[in-house]
Amino acid sequence: MAEEEPRADIAELEERFPEAVEPLGGGVLQVETAHLLEVAKYMREDPDLAFDYLSSITGVDRIGEGRFEVVYHLYSMRREAGPLVLKVFVPREEPVVPSLAAIWSGANVQEREVYDLMGIRFSGHPNLKRILLWEGYDKHPLRKDFQED
Amino acid sequence: MDAAKLKTETITLNVGPQHPSTHGVFHMILTLEGETIVDLEPVVGYLHRNHEKLGEGFTYLQYCPYPSRLDYICGMTNEHAYALAVEKLAGLQVPERAEYIRTIMAELNRMVNHIVSIGFLLNDLGAFFTPVLYCLKQREKVLDLFEMASGSRMMFNYIRYGGVARDLPEGFISAAQEVVGSFPGFVDELEQLLTENEIFVARTKGIGILPPDVAVDYSCTGPLLRGSGVPYDIRRVDSYSIYSRFDFDVVTRPNGDVFDRYMVRIEEIRQSTRIVEQALGELPEGPVMAELPRTFRPPAGDAYGRIEAPKGELGFYLVSDGGDKPYRLKVRSPSFINLGALPVMARGYKVPDLVAILGSIDITLGEVDR
Repeated sequence: MAEEEPRADIAELEERFPEAVEPLGGGVLQVETAHLLEVAKYMREDPDLAFDYLSSITGVDRIGEGRFEVVYHLYSMRREAGPLVLKVFVPREEPVVPSLAAIWSGANVQEREVYDLMGIRFSGHPNLKRILLWEGYDKHPLRKDFQED
Repeated sequence: MDAAKLKTETITLNVGPQHPSTHGVFHMILTLEGETIVDLEPVVGYLHRNHEKLGEGFTYLQYCPYPSRLDYICGMTNEHAYALAVEKLAGLQVPERAEYIRTIMAELNRMVNHIVSIGFLLNDLGAFFTPVLYCLKQREKVLDLFEMASGSRMMFNYIRYGGVARDLPEGFISAAQEVVGSFPGFVDELEQLLTENEIFVARTKGIGILPPDVAVDYSCTGPLLRGSGVPYDIRRVDSYSIYSRFDFDVVTRPNGDVFDRYMVRIEEIRQSTRIVEQALGELPEGPVMAELPRTFRPPAGDAYGRIEAPKGELGFYLVSDGGDKPYRLKVRSPSFINLGALPVMARGYKVPDLVAILGSIDITLGEVDR
């Protein structure tokens, strides 16, 4: 694979948001939930970073640590760079992450999917309702403590 | 009667879940003003079987037959994406010969996908079953090759992490050369039938326009994105596997309408033909599978493997806890995400155009709903 770790991009984000981001190695950046929106907006709008393409959003249930991870895979189509992976950790009892649908429209359906299957809520999402399962269903099957009826 | 007192109101029209143009079970709620689409809400999930949860229940090897059940037109590329993710997770090296075989299979699969997609687009437009019959006939030749190599025509279970399940059978190369040799003529013939056909052009040119910045904003990939003029092809950008060794062009078209997506697919069939010819010519000898331990346990961590599948970026995100099963398996499905841009493409066009627009995105519901 011709993938390289986007070191320069990570260094720039570290410098700009020293309070908000923490590199985890391997091209992964942990972002504080409260700062996710501004970091994401900067990544998208800064002409040197130009992360114009949100490839995927994934929820991971780390039940042992009592938290969910939301994982964002970001690329820049303009620079043909990436991936830069953002990870946000939220407590399992109160899983709320700001929605990025206003920054990348592609986030809209993916956040709905994560909400539907994992039960992580995205604050500020324009239309946060179930997408694959039916309205009125009360469980989130990708959670590790999911029990079939 | 005073014309100013006439009032109009929008009406709601349900298309699907059972409708031939959806090629599966897919539901669209249209808001119409006369015949014009004001808004569209896609409703998906009718084929949902929680594929990702199933993935957590199998070992890495046991999961191998399942990717081809996602987008059942493109089994080979699905398996390739999964294999790539596992290899990245575990740091596996794939033997040369296996890389070539994978490339041959993946590109043959792209050719199959595009001819099926074009054929069914014509079906949707009302050219009932004549064009698609030509396409399916051509597709059968490729499926014969897949059957020779894997024993199956659709659910291959052939590309595995570490290589491919078994070496090519005797006679495969010459059979493949013959099939690939028949493609340029076939594509020319298809173009003669369609590209300048007055009705086809009238139904597709200027329809369902997706501007390039909107396409990127909606995370669109594949022919849908390149039809809007964005030259983004993961085979080129990541040059995964051995794509850097082959000559091929990244095809784009400027207008972002249904016709240009069709033209991108036509041209991509030709480019894939080029790649397969080169790979068949250079195929090295050697093993087709890496040495793997009996119990396969990738180290704890995560990896994202992605490929340029025929429909766009197909990615598998795997999280390992060091056990023999994935802790989390996520499918980044191009059909699902490209479909997110359907409302943008449909607004302002007429109801019959919708059928063409949907067909031009090229979705498989098995992959949308997972």
